[in-house]
Amino acid sequence: MTQFLHRWFGRGWLSLGYLFLYIPIVVLVVFSFNSSRQDMVWSGFSLQWYAALLNDQEIISGFGLSLRIALLTACGSVILGTFAAFVLDRYQRFTGRTLFTGMVSAPLVMPEVIIGLSLLLMLVSVQKMFGFPERGLVTIWLGHTLLGMAYATVVVQSRLQEMNKSLEEAAMDLGCRPFQVFFLVTLPNIKQALGSAWLLTFTLSLDDVVLSAFLSGPGSSTMPIVIFSRARLGLDPRVNAVAALTILVVSIGVIASSLYIARAERLRSKQLAAAAKG
Amino acid sequence: MNFLKNLFKHPGRSTVIAVPFLWLTFAFLIPFLIVLRISFTDLDSSDGNPFGTLMTVVDGVITLKVKIANYLFIAQDELYALTYLNSIKFAAITAALCLAIGYPFAYFMARARPAVRPVLLMLVMMPFWTSFLLRIYAWKGILANNGILNSFLIDIGVITEPLHLMNTQFSLIIGMVYAYLPFMILPLYANLVKMDVRFIEAAADLGATPWQTFWRVTVPLSKSGIIAGTMLVFIPAVGEYVIPELLGGPETLMIGRQLWDEFFTNNDWPLASSVTVVVILLILVPMAIFNKYQAEQEARK
Repeated sequence: MTQFLHRWFGRGWLSLGYLFLYIPIVVLVVFSFNSSRQDMVWSGFSLQWYAALLNDQEIISGFGLSLRIALLTACGSVILGTFAAFVLDRYQRFTGRTLFTGMVSAPLVMPEVIIGLSLLLMLVSVQKMFGFPERGLVTIWLGHTLLGMAYATVVVQSRLQEMNKSLEEAAMDLGCRPFQVFFLVTLPNIKQALGSAWLLTFTLSLDDVVLSAFLSGPGSSTMPIVIFSRARLGLDPRVNAVAALTILVVSIGVIASSLYIARAERLRSKQLAAAAKG
Repeated sequence: MNFLKNLFKHPGRSTVIAVPFLWLTFAFLIPFLIVLRISFTDLDSSDGNPFGTLMTVVDGVITLKVKIANYLFIAQDELYALTYLNSIKFAAITAALCLAIGYPFAYFMARARPAVRPVLLMLVMMPFWTSFLLRIYAWKGILANNGILNSFLIDIGVITEPLHLMNTQFSLIIGMVYAYLPFMILPLYANLVKMDVRFIEAAADLGATPWQTFWRVTVPLSKSGIIAGTMLVFIPAVGEYVIPELLGGPETLMIGRQLWDEFFTNNDWPLASSVTVVVILLILVPMAIFNKYQAEQEARK
């Protein structure tokens, strides 16, 4: 009896939890097909908000800018994050290591408002001295990459820690130079972590409002800035349409990647079985 | 000197360290030093330049002008103390609710059949990949006076007049719990799924009721997961800006929003800088406790 209760209580709790996590997402999608402008009253199916989206220059150009920044951020974050993870994992003693460790992880816990404000004040002073950079893509990229690097470092570092170091030692014994060891042995071993770090920082950048708001200039609004300023004013069905499209892309991505991982696992176990048979 | 010697002895190693080090110095350390400096200056020194001079040398006399008025203002103005305490309060409520909802959730996830677990985990992570901003925006439509929750409650006859839910403490806390719940579930799940079931079986064999086993064995064993999850929720929640701005109301003052208004609306950069410095100092305290705890855990291993 208690077993039975326990199981059903568990199922109930999980269902309610998932309901809580998914209701807002379902609501966003459903109301993107609403025909009325009146907020949140269902009055029939329509695709008009998707059509309106096609003519919404603000959102379209915002999306273009966001996409460019996200691509650059993901690449920059992964490169810098790999450097930082490598330093943290391999070089236990050097001048300023404590400062370095603190600076790498600090962006993870600092409120974004604070990071944005201090970066902006720095950029203003640099601009005063040298006359550049103009606020826009480059400055937003700078902020996103600072934050993205911190995340990428965590992801890559945990992979580096569990990696089998004897592989690198073997390569060194066989005459590889440190540079070659890194590119021929270390990099292929951590490539999955680099992939997840890239995706993580890409979505992080695509979604960021606060840093972008501090670091963008006139005429360089990213998509989240546009959405945020509309959301502040009230409800806008075009925002729902954007949400539904985002969710569509994400779902396809998640399903495709889990299928890919499942296939890779199957392939590997098949190979292992074949190898065992000899 | 040692530093310079090493620099030339291992050029490869030095470059690898220098690249991220210089980047962080430029993008993280220097900005904070600039904020610190601005926090000690006047707002409108001569030409409205926020970078008022700190030190002047006239006829061989160095004059150091440090303006601490901003800090005195923050210390004396009740608004800032209230705002900061409010931020702590809302973050603590959020963390407590996330723990109350997330612990049983993670527990039942970890006790599900092994084949189902990856799916359950993926379902928790999925919302992560969809825009945080859009998910918070969705709550506006749910909680509005003519929103979905109110129409639902009226339809089933629980209430006759719509409840005023938006822009209250309630909507703020719902939004915060919603946004941060996965941050609580994931470390708890990682901890609970690794737990040795034999401890629980042993407790049951020795006559403990399931309730006793849970409180005396499972919960103490998952202490590190509880602390990690609470910190992951509490620390970002203190400085949250987007959720209070979209879902909060006039009585839900929070420090992130205050900072934003000081900067963008009042254009008072020195005061905003001083608030920043104070917030950083106040955030460092829970951070330091957490780091110390983690270091102790590592040492024990």
